[in-house]
Amino acid sequence: MIGTRIRDRRLQTGTRQSELARHAGISPSYLNLIEHNRRKIGGKTLLKLAEALEVEPSLLSEGADAALVAALYEAAATSRRDDADLDRAEDFAERFPGWARVLAALHERNQTLERTIETLTDRLSHDPFLADSLHEVLSAVTSIRATSSILVETDALEPEWQARFHRNINEDSARLTDGAQILVRYLEGAADRAAEVQSPQDEMHAFLATRDFHTPELERRTAGPRDIDGLLQGADGQALSAPAQSLTRDVLLRYLADAQALPLRGFLSRVQEVGMRPDRLAEVTGADLARVFRRLAALPPDSVGPVGLAICDPSGTLVFRKPAPGFDMPRLAGACALWPLYQVMAQPNVPLRMRVRQTGRSDDPVLAMAVAATTGPAGFGRPALTRMHMLILPDPQGETGEQAGEVLDLGVSCRICPIQDCAARREPSILAEGF
Amino acid sequence: MDTTGKKVLLIEDEPNIIEAVSFILSRDGWDVKTHSNGHDAMETVRLRAPDLIILDVMLPGKSGTDILAEIRADADFADTPVLMLTARGQVKDRETAERAGADKYMTKPFSNADLLAAVRELVQA
Repeated sequence: MIGTRIRDRRLQTGTRQSELARHAGISPSYLNLIEHNRRKIGGKTLLKLAEALEVEPSLLSEGADAALVAALYEAAATSRRDDADLDRAEDFAERFPGWARVLAALHERNQTLERTIETLTDRLSHDPFLADSLHEVLSAVTSIRATSSILVETDALEPEWQARFHRNINEDSARLTDGAQILVRYLEGAADRAAEVQSPQDEMHAFLATRDFHTPELERRTAGPRDIDGLLQGADGQALSAPAQSLTRDVLLRYLADAQALPLRGFLSRVQEVGMRPDRLAEVTGADLARVFRRLAALPPDSVGPVGLAICDPSGTLVFRKPAPGFDMPRLAGACALWPLYQVMAQPNVPLRMRVRQTGRSDDPVLAMAVAATTGPAGFGRPALTRMHMLILPDPQGETGEQAGEVLDLGVSCRICPIQDCAARREPSILAEGF
Repeated sequence: MDTTGKKVLLIEDEPNIIEAVSFILSRDGWDVKTHSNGHDAMETVRLRAPDLIILDVMLPGKSGTDILAEIRADADFADTPVLMLTARGQVKDRETAERAGADKYMTKPFSNADLLAAVRELVQA
């Protein structure tokens, strides 16, 4: 604020208010109003004040670094304190820019560390590969220890028992060697970002992410399963493990069916006509909502902006995840039970639309739309198969002027969620103590 | 203590651990029976009516913790001593086992002497 800067500069130079007012050709009472930001100034008055204070006029007229002020707001929001004096953030950044930068840098570092801890905790708590590998190693060690003790401590052990235990130790030491080598490779790879990809699901998602979840090869009118074979036989596809190839093929076959039902050019025209409104798009195209969700999430990113999509099966397992800005999706752990994705489980084909905000991720809400869709014909004596779909779009409130609805605060997954006293919590959070 | 004829049921899925533990306990005079999966473990408990159960936590079919809950829910075996074995040593696993009703908890790998001492202690108690 200009007035605050003028007052600060005047006090720094030891100039009296009346003296500065006289120099600028204004009354002391008017200068007082300016200094308390109750009058706007510019032009000659500003130039005269700047001259009297011996500073460049721009130093008085230009506010604090907007990015710095935004960082302060973000730090205040994530601290979840109500005594942060938000209305004085700009003032603080102007008067103490060095301290403000320190605070912003600490906030950024804090965010980075939180994410690192989330990743590591996620891996240690939920990574089935690591759990199985450790179990295998410890079982082999237990067997070797018990068996070798018998050989050493038992007097007059019968030859046939000796032979049997030697054989067992040999077998277990081979198991231990294999298990240790696998663990070492796994842990060595942890430092390598590429090694983050471990499960077939991760491989499949990485394959799709490198294409921004849009596959031009399958958008052609003549596209068919052979094009999927071509993709999987390419360098990226060859790098996938066999289970990941199988998963990717299934996802691409579904993509192909969606693309054939809602061809790209026509669908994009419809989107331009009715906007990012899946219900209207389903109406005008005759497609079901789940297909419209998937199609929107597969559009070229530069044509419609960020679109997130989560799909889960009836067990709640996320089988497809395309994160969106402001809305993260867990890789290994179960997702937050408050997600609209899970709320539609009980009512297939009844869509739900909510404004949601992931606590600790972003101050801005996003728009979440969810629907549970059956994936096969109904039949007696067999379970109904459903897939829950949730589309994530930027919150349109500001753009469309729609009636603002309530915003539901939710999390990513319990282990990394700071919400206290949550009725949906299934395990303690590592952030619960205000980390 | 005289262990002759005392029955121990070992529920564990690793064949070489089964062989080693069976050998150790048999040499100490225990009558050892074994079972290697989770889903029908309770039937073997009822069939063998052991004086002590050694139960691994991670079993195929059903977890050791779930089996322990079934044992404690059965009036005939609610007081049978149970020694839990696990490859995981975290505090929360110990607490889970104790809450489920385990009398003692041992983390793999363990020494044969410790195992024998634990078994003797539980049956004596």
